[in-house]
Amino acid sequence: MVKRATALLLMVALGLLFATIAFDHRPDTELNRTALYYAENTAKDIGAQNIVTAIVVTYRGLDTLGEVTVLFLTAAIVGLILAAGRPGERGSFPPSGELLHTGSRLLAPLILLAGVYVFVNGHLTPGGGFQGGAILASAALLLLLTDPLHRFGNRLIRLVESLSGVAYVVAGLFGLVLAGGFLDNRFLPLGEFGALFSAGGIPVIYTLIGLKVGAEFASMLSSLSRTEKH
Amino acid sequence: MITISLFTGFLLVLAGLYGALTNRNILRMIVSFTIADAGVNLVLIAVGAMPGRKAPILDAAVPVAEAARRIIDPLPQALVLTAIVIGLGVTALMLAYAYRLHASRGSLDISKFTELKW
Repeated sequence: MVKRATALLLMVALGLLFATIAFDHRPDTELNRTALYYAENTAKDIGAQNIVTAIVVTYRGLDTLGEVTVLFLTAAIVGLILAAGRPGERGSFPPSGELLHTGSRLLAPLILLAGVYVFVNGHLTPGGGFQGGAILASAALLLLLTDPLHRFGNRLIRLVESLSGVAYVVAGLFGLVLAGGFLDNRFLPLGEFGALFSAGGIPVIYTLIGLKVGAEFASMLSSLSRTEKH
Repeated sequence: MITISLFTGFLLVLAGLYGALTNRNILRMIVSFTIADAGVNLVLIAVGAMPGRKAPILDAAVPVAEAARRIIDPLPQALVLTAIVIGLGVTALMLAYAYRLHASRGSLDISKFTELKW
């Protein structure tokens, strides 16, 4: 009871704090200097239509490399924690049913295609490597739901994960050698603004990020699904 | 619109923190944390928004020459993209630890775990 009252009191205090922030908030009418720089220079320097993508992949590319590393570490730790002391025997689940089976065979390729579309067009439309990777992993989740014991290509997932990670760093090094710095996208020609093959290395890098994120989410999902009791 | 998302975001943060403080079940605490996480992201997006402007994508709707007057600040959106991905990683880790804790005690009640209590 005392605990609940303390929590409630803390929430009221925090709520007051938030309320002052929220009531005092006046949206800007002009872009600040950083945003103005991105708005004016993205098109001619980076050549990407989507400014958020230009920031994530090029202006702050090193942060994104770190983010992908954090994701990799998470996937590795989840796998490690769940693998320790896991019983090795394989039981059997009741069959998942005709509807889910047929549906997943129809839907999984389409979901994969949608994911690829999202990350290939990351520099043109809302979307990108992380979103596309999550969509790829949702296809893996559907397959896991359909047949929990069928470990679809664990080695393939690991291969995609490591190869795309290495290729991402190599693409960054290309930028260092052929263009202005590490992860600079101009190691490929910028191309026509708004075309699919434009914005230099951004489609390449975002495709690699998409594959890596998809593989990592899929391996996380399959480690978590192995904890199911059977 | 901006005000609505700002208040919703703050409410979600409060609801999530309250749930994390008062629930005893570890799974419910994890759900509460993800709710607070969504609230923080919503607040960040709302702070970056500007009335009457468009998303920072320079397509037919926003010509490059008028970009500075037509788009909202792209930086909060890039930050939130990162925050969502890291939030997912944190949630996955919490779930994995919850599984291990359940395997060691056969319970998800946080009051059963007293080693680090003071």
